[in-house]
Amino acid sequence: MEDKVIVCKDLTKKFGDFYAVNKISFDVFKGEIFGFLGANGAGKTTAMRILCGLSFPSSGEAAVAGFNVYKQQESIKKNIGYMSQKFSLYENLTIVENIEFFGGVYGVSRKEIRERSDKLVEQLGLQQEAKKLVGALPLGWKQKLAFSVAIFHRPKIVFLDEPTGGVDPVTRRQFWDMIYDASASGITIFVTTHYMDEAEYCNRVSMMVDGKIEALDTPGNLKKQFSAETMDEVFYQLSRRAVRKDD
Amino acid sequence: MKKLGFLLQKEFRQIFRDKTILAMMIAVPTIQLIIIPQAMNFDIKNINISIVDQDHSTYSQKLISKIGSSGYFRMISADLSYQQALQHIENGTSDLVLEIPPGFERNLVREGSQKIGIAVDAINGSKASIGGAYLNSVIADFNANLEINQVTVPTNPAPAGFMDITYSNWYNPLAEYKYYIVPGVLVLLLTLIGGFMSALNIVREKEVGTIEQINVTPIMKWEFILGKLIPFWIIGMIVFTVGLTVCWAVYGIVSVGSLPMLYAMAGIYLIALLGFGLLISTYSNSQVQAMFIAFFFILIFILMSGLFTSVESMPAWARFISNLTPVTHFIKIVRMIMLKGSGLSDIKTELGYILAFGIILNGWAIWNYKKTS
Amino acid sequence: MKQLLVFIRKEFYHVFRDPRTLLIMFGLPVVQIILFGFALTSEVKNADILILDHSNDVQTIQITSKIKASSYFIVHGEAKDNPAIENYFKRGTVKCVLVFPPHFSSDLFHNGSARIQIIADGSDPNTAKTIINYLTAIISDYQRENFPSATLPYQITTEPRMLYNEDDNGSLNYIPGVMALILMLVCTALTSVSIVKEKELGTMEVLLVSPFKPVMVLIAKAVPYFLLSMVNFTLILLLSDFLLHIEIRGNLLLLFSESALFILTCLSFGLLISNTTNAQQTALLISMMGMMLPTIIFTGFLFPLENMPRIFQVIANIVPSKWYFIIVKAVMLKGLGFRYVWKETLVLIGMTGLLLAIALKNFKIRLQ
Repeated sequence: MEDKVIVCKDLTKKFGDFYAVNKISFDVFKGEIFGFLGANGAGKTTAMRILCGLSFPSSGEAAVAGFNVYKQQESIKKNIGYMSQKFSLYENLTIVENIEFFGGVYGVSRKEIRERSDKLVEQLGLQQEAKKLVGALPLGWKQKLAFSVAIFHRPKIVFLDEPTGGVDPVTRRQFWDMIYDASASGITIFVTTHYMDEAEYCNRVSMMVDGKIEALDTPGNLKKQFSAETMDEVFYQLSRRAVRKDD
Repeated sequence: MKKLGFLLQKEFRQIFRDKTILAMMIAVPTIQLIIIPQAMNFDIKNINISIVDQDHSTYSQKLISKIGSSGYFRMISADLSYQQALQHIENGTSDLVLEIPPGFERNLVREGSQKIGIAVDAINGSKASIGGAYLNSVIADFNANLEINQVTVPTNPAPAGFMDITYSNWYNPLAEYKYYIVPGVLVLLLTLIGGFMSALNIVREKEVGTIEQINVTPIMKWEFILGKLIPFWIIGMIVFTVGLTVCWAVYGIVSVGSLPMLYAMAGIYLIALLGFGLLISTYSNSQVQAMFIAFFFILIFILMSGLFTSVESMPAWARFISNLTPVTHFIKIVRMIMLKGSGLSDIKTELGYILAFGIILNGWAIWNYKKTS
Repeated sequence: MKQLLVFIRKEFYHVFRDPRTLLIMFGLPVVQIILFGFALTSEVKNADILILDHSNDVQTIQITSKIKASSYFIVHGEAKDNPAIENYFKRGTVKCVLVFPPHFSSDLFHNGSARIQIIADGSDPNTAKTIINYLTAIISDYQRENFPSATLPYQITTEPRMLYNEDDNGSLNYIPGVMALILMLVCTALTSVSIVKEKELGTMEVLLVSPFKPVMVLIAKAVPYFLLSMVNFTLILLLSDFLLHIEIRGNLLLLFSESALFILTCLSFGLLISNTTNAQQTALLISMMGMMLPTIIFTGFLFPLENMPRIFQVIANIVPSKWYFIIVKAVMLKGLGFRYVWKETLVLIGMTGLLLAIALKNFKIRLQ
């Protein structure tokens, strides 16, 4: 039996009478690439914030990397990585300075930071740019760098919030290569995305509609279940019935 | 603690990369310190006066020439009638009109008293009323020096009851306004920079979204706040030093009291200010909003803090508000230490206020600032 | 035309939906008026004074009670010797010490004169001067009443009239300045920020791509703030009249026209500022923080312009609020007509024209 890095049971978050997240239950296994899908307003972001220790649930249970989301938020944070589309790196710091900051904040020793940092820069082929400000990089590089920084401290899980928005297909492909590599090294990937083709890359996928999880399985099984050719169609069929369509 | 070190490293890198910050730290205080006290000058000279002499006597002419040679006044016109002189007030060329009635000299000698009319352009504020006071004192002087008023034969017993009043000004013998103003402006600068730059900085993180990124990391609430406050505290102290240097170099003003204590007070004041900035940032979501709120308060602080006008003269309710502003107390402290050499026990009330502000503002701000909801 | 109205209405929504904008737009003027009207004064009241009476004679006690009776002073207890005085000053407990030497009474009657010493805390020179003047006046008054022979046989007295301000209303001096200050800052800042916000959000491009002529876009931005500023101005006027009891003497139409002109000037300035940057915060930093102190100083309402170094006086000439300040004083408080302010009006018109021209040209250039 593989380790469960995320355990969720009847997790609920409500704002007044409004149930943003309505009794969702699911598990995520170590090393998995888990796709967390859903339309805007379906409750994805809210759920993810709870798992990242940014928000308290209203009821239900959840544990991330073995830590309780109610009582052990700080421990959760130590063991996860995070990257969002909106922001990940400081634009007015250099690549190296960004790495140094995030590495240090997660407790990596200065010596380690230097070693890993050099390796990382080499891996990404950014030796020329190492001293440049991140703001000067093209978006694709920024995304890749951001991901690398997010897993720099070798967390158990990394949360990716729509990481590939606005990026060209080639870069997206490269990005997913990086995700595969990380997964292979034992890091669990929890990713939300709008791109349904990316859903195909995941080991398992869940789909939230109106605060509930309406589907949870491998992409292959889901396509069979809904007699669909693509995940796109699966998504379409599920969300057509949705009441909440937008944030 | 180690995390704090990394945080501070990042903050300093970011701050110094922003050229405007450096400009603000050095250039703005210097320029403002140089300009503002020069502009704020209450020593009144060049009071424009129009004279209506309807007497044309020896006395009236002597009086007029005394006024002219006093150095305070600028004779704008000699008019034939009050109405004519009034024109000058209307079109703003004169501040005062002096009207010597017909028969002035003759009536003074015969009846022992005469009235001279003074009309003051009261819209012109301090210039006019101070001008009026100067005019009065010139006239009184003239009055006292008239031969008819000289007591040539000392009678016995000598007329009793003359009260000879002497005055002296301590700490500022020449009564120069700059001693009053410059420390105040210094405090103002510190307030602008310490209070609001920090607010803007934090709100900028909110706006851009980087705060969310920080929230996900193991950085604790208090570490984040310290990481924001410490750099600006240091910058504030640097600005204070620059300011003090300008005070010395440009105005020759050196602190009479203990310099270390002055610095210590500045340090405490900055902490209170930074708390205020933090507080503003928790109530704003964008830099524009923060600036609006900040501006609203700055203006009130500037006016109510005793920088330009005295706090004691305000009505009770206004004094109450003034005491609620930390700026008021720090201005008092700076003036007391720099100009009078006050010691720790002398300023303990004001210090108490500032400490209280520091605790309340910072506490409130920290309570407001929540990482998790 | 209809699109213009829609646009204008949208702008009003922006303003009224953000409490902080409202705070600046209306809260600020109200607060300023109240503060300047009631709290701030160049007079001296409630001055703490220490009386050191080494004689305790009839006269000294009488003078002391006279001082106590005056509303200008709060008399503290007595200290016995000089060193203590320093502590009072250092602590800021008193602003002034009045010393009666010993044998005051006998000096007065046997020697003909006695000395009174006033020691003032010079760190606040203006207050010190005023306190000395007040004290001197009280003492002279006492002297005149009780020792008429010591006064001059031939008295010249003055009868001052405070023109335009018979009630000696202290706030009169400040209000025109406050008006100029508020209009200049608020109008300029809000206009420039609102335009830059559109640029930042990218909606400006959308507008420019539309059939709207570029000039119309600017007009659509300016009109709401023009109207709001006029409302603001009216509010200030009403407050001055009803709250502060300031008599508005001049022709209202003239006053409003001049104010409208000044508001236009401020709007144009805001336009100009908005051309220089694409970031809201910069626009705000320049138009609010940057302009605040120069406007306060160079308008000349807090400190007289004539006293400033020549170079400042020259600089003040390019600050529109300086000219408006002169106009408001003349029209609102002195009740004068247009022929007294035509020069200043012309200057404002010129400035508006110039600012608009530059702003429009810059605006068009950026479109290229």
